[in-house]
Amino acid sequence: MKKLFTPLLVIVAAMFAYAPLAIHRAPYESTMGLVQKIFYFHVPSWIVMFGAACICGVASAIFIFARRKSADRVAVAAAELTVLFGLIGLITGPLWGRKAWGVWWQWDARLTSALVMWLIFVAYLLLRKYGGAGSEKLSAVLALFGMANVPFVYWSVNVWRTVHPKTTVVMSLQPAMGRPFLLCSLAFVGLFALMLAARIQLEHRRAELDDLYLSVED
Amino acid sequence: MSNMQRHTGKKKWLGMAALLCSVFVIVGAAREQPPAPPDGFVPADSLPTQEQLPAAPLLIGAYAVAWVAVFGYMWSIWQRIGRVEQDLAEVSRRVAAGGPR
Repeated sequence: MKKLFTPLLVIVAAMFAYAPLAIHRAPYESTMGLVQKIFYFHVPSWIVMFGAACICGVASAIFIFARRKSADRVAVAAAELTVLFGLIGLITGPLWGRKAWGVWWQWDARLTSALVMWLIFVAYLLLRKYGGAGSEKLSAVLALFGMANVPFVYWSVNVWRTVHPKTTVVMSLQPAMGRPFLLCSLAFVGLFALMLAARIQLEHRRAELDDLYLSVED
Repeated sequence: MSNMQRHTGKKKWLGMAALLCSVFVIVGAAREQPPAPPDGFVPADSLPTQEQLPAAPLLIGAYAVAWVAVFGYMWSIWQRIGRVEQDLAEVSRRVAAGGPR
């Protein structure tokens, strides 16, 4: 990953530099107009959040069952990114909804389940920070529940009646809207990979520091 | 013309006048009343201009939030890595010097 870091950083920076132009050129959606362009950052942030939650859950499962500490470091890094990208989604969504639906928030299945999922990962981070000894395993179990929420949040719009558009919207985008969406999604995934690598590196260095402290005390 | 016939004609005229008056009152009242609210939702583009929300501040706000969050987080990682590296260098120096001080 170290070798890939700089080229990926350049590519992601170029994609984000071009993104505003691509979004500007994308046609207006007929009913919502300009505000619909929040879509190009809102949906990719949720895609990345779902990915981060799954990585956190899988890494936590490896930590619980295979007792690999490196997996725990990946889980912590992914949990933090889940909260970050979830926060972006939870703020950009109501800004879009205020104009499109006339309300900032609606306690429907999609919005509520997404908020609950985000809160689970906030709880994960709080548990890691203030839980004391043994909180790694407790938080790993919590991450499994967080990951289990992903399919519910994703399918909630197709199963329950909600104001939120269905998942089929993304697949039915016309090419002029689909291309900037794909660009933004790839840019977000690249950004996520870079941040995850940097955050895992931080955890590795912290582990090295802990080992060094122990060796000094011995 | 008998008294009876004259009385009936007067009643007719009074009845017609009352009918006309009531028609004028109903038409007038209907004109003064505000239009009945429509059922369900009103399309956003049909709202009066003063009730329409401008989209640009919401759009700019959304993108600004995303960038502030991303850059804020990157800065926080940068800071934390810097602190850990500093501590690592400090502890390594102690180890090289021969134990804790």
